[in-house]
Amino acid sequence: MTADAGLYRTVALIRGFERRAVELVRAGVVPGGIHPCTGQEAVAAGTCAALRPDDLIASTHRGHGHVLAKGADPARMMAELAGREAGLNRGRGGSMHAADFALGVLGANAMVGAAVPIAAGAAWALRRAGSDRVAVAYFGDGAVSQGVVLEAFNLAALWRAPVVLVCENNGFATSTRTADAVAGSVLGRAAAFGIPALAVDGTDPRAVLAATAEAVARARAGGGPTLLECAVYRFDAHHTWEHAARPGYRSPEEEAAGRARDPLEVQGARIPAAVRAAIDAELDELLDAAVEFARAAPHPDPASALAYLYATEVG
Amino acid sequence: MPKLSYLKALNRALGDEMARDGSVCVFGEDVRVAVSYVTAGLVRRFGPERVLDTPISEQAFTSFATGAALAGVRPLVEFQIPSLLFLAFEQIANQAHKLSLMSGGRLRVPVTYLLPGSGSRESWAGQHSDHPYGLFAHVGVKTVVPATPTDAYGLLLSALRDDDPVVVFAPSGALGVREDVDFAALGPVPLGLGRVHRAGTDVTVVAVGHLVHEALAVAEELAGRVSVEVFDPRTLHPLDRAGLAASLRRTGRLVVLDDSNRSCGFAAEVLATAAEGPRLRAAPRRVTRPEGAVLPFAPALDRACQPGRAQLLAAIGEVTGVLVGEVTGVPGEGGGT
Ligand SMILES: Cc1ncc(C[n+]2csc(CCOP(=O)(O)OP(=O)(O)O)c2C)c(N)n1
Repeated sequence: MTADAGLYRTVALIRGFERRAVELVRAGVVPGGIHPCTGQEAVAAGTCAALRPDDLIASTHRGHGHVLAKGADPARMMAELAGREAGLNRGRGGSMHAADFALGVLGANAMVGAAVPIAAGAAWALRRAGSDRVAVAYFGDGAVSQGVVLEAFNLAALWRAPVVLVCENNGFATSTRTADAVAGSVLGRAAAFGIPALAVDGTDPRAVLAATAEAVARARAGGGPTLLECAVYRFDAHHTWEHAARPGYRSPEEEAAGRARDPLEVQGARIPAAVRAAIDAELDELLDAAVEFARAAPHPDPASALAYLYATEVG
Repeated sequence: MPKLSYLKALNRALGDEMARDGSVCVFGEDVRVAVSYVTAGLVRRFGPERVLDTPISEQAFTSFATGAALAGVRPLVEFQIPSLLFLAFEQIANQAHKLSLMSGGRLRVPVTYLLPGSGSRESWAGQHSDHPYGLFAHVGVKTVVPATPTDAYGLLLSALRDDDPVVVFAPSGALGVREDVDFAALGPVPLGLGRVHRAGTDVTVVAVGHLVHEALAVAEELAGRVSVEVFDPRTLHPLDRAGLAASLRRTGRLVVLDDSNRSCGFAAEVLATAAEGPRLRAAPRRVTRPEGAVLPFAPALDRACQPGRAQLLAAIGEVTGVLVGEVTGVPGEGGGT
């Protein structure tokens, strides 16, 4: 598969996965609801395409795309969303914590900004151990107001942690516009710590790949952290409950304008129609099977509710 | 009589108090679109200078509210999820709470912290399902857990009028509760005063928050066989020790129903308080989440950690020596007993 076809496949995989996951929320198979990343898939596809399998990532409440792009099995991931024993995290983590540790995913974190220092610390430890592996930290525009994120910027820069700081700026934190929450700018945050920073078109997988490749190269060579601010638009509600609650913080016109630049189309236009159709067909089969797998998978035994609470049994 | 829902009661108390007292203002994430509903309509009524959408910077805006309070504002700080209290614990427990004493009584910090949706909402997983009221009671911050719409209204009003920091936990399990009320009769409910929801003579069930409704259902089910008194402390700190003692003198037996972790939890405090008083007629029991629990995502696992009716029945059976039989109600396989 060409690089362009590969990027398209990842975007389409995430899109198809989440469309089905939303259906399963509506059907009551996925409890708790999800935060879809529809419209933001190019960031996941482009950043992960620049990584080696042994590199690490740490993700957010809107993390399905990152984890799939890093290579997670869609069937076991769907089973995790459905709370089944066969899920990636044995049904204990669910949507906001769906992660595959075997693939170098350090977790999908439900606390805004909390993954950033974790990724930075992991990156620092890798470098200290003499490896050239790197880590990526994902976070939203809302997270740049968290103290812990800026504290992590400082540590990462001071100690040259090989971490790529990927801000997915979708213009909103739930209902709050970035301009109403961020004084100065996101890129200016990096400047304060002497961290190189770049604005990236987050709807274009190629642009994200190119920017990440450069940041990764700098990190591997000992050059420390880089911040990428990826401009994206979240097509869907903040969370699936929002359809019921209808907070109405953005206009239909604004949503239409945001949806006009669709990473699926941006990247789809770059590959031959026949290749695109073949990928779509392959993914349909794969993802339908993932849904079947999740639906059929057994529920965990309530008696095991606190299994895994400790790595070492106590008492 | 008109129905009042718990969420509407919180909304109404806040709106009424903002209308009465121009120094009350609201800080929180997405409070203008009222994601939690508690602040619905307030920005239209009182304007954006009194209803402030904050960035996602809990530590800063929590202490920002402390500063504002020191300068004459009476802030209500809304937190979207209970685990944010872990993040802002320093700002509440180590700053706001300590200023009165450390200033020799010269400073007061009238801030109310509101958690609309504490405890497990089905399948919000490990980082969204805590019910950390015990932490605040432990450090001595005034801690309130209303169970009914009337109490939600009255206790929130008292919290807003109190000159100390007060944390109000609105359990997600209670948000949907509705009650017939006479709106004219709504008013403040004093902090530190418990409520006997149902009088009884055989056993006192101390139930916290949404579990009051579980306790009442079990009491009803046992009516005629065991006479259950349901005592709702309403305020966990300061605890209505006199009210509790009076109830225990009537019944001589105790079961505590508490949706927080077992070890070092609120239920342990109630048991200890009882043990220090006149001798009970039977060893007391507590029905809680398991010790040190983290709630798993899968719904059946989440429910398995929560205290429920089956365990309450069993505990009542043990302390009264009456075989109480099977539960007919639904929830809760239950956590630790
Ligand atoms: C520390 C913290 N504060 C608040 C919340 C509640 N919350 C969950 S997602 C969210 C908005 C996050 O916005 P952003 O970081 O821009 O990411 P996006 O949702 O846009 O992807 C909020 C406020 C939380 N989970 N963690």
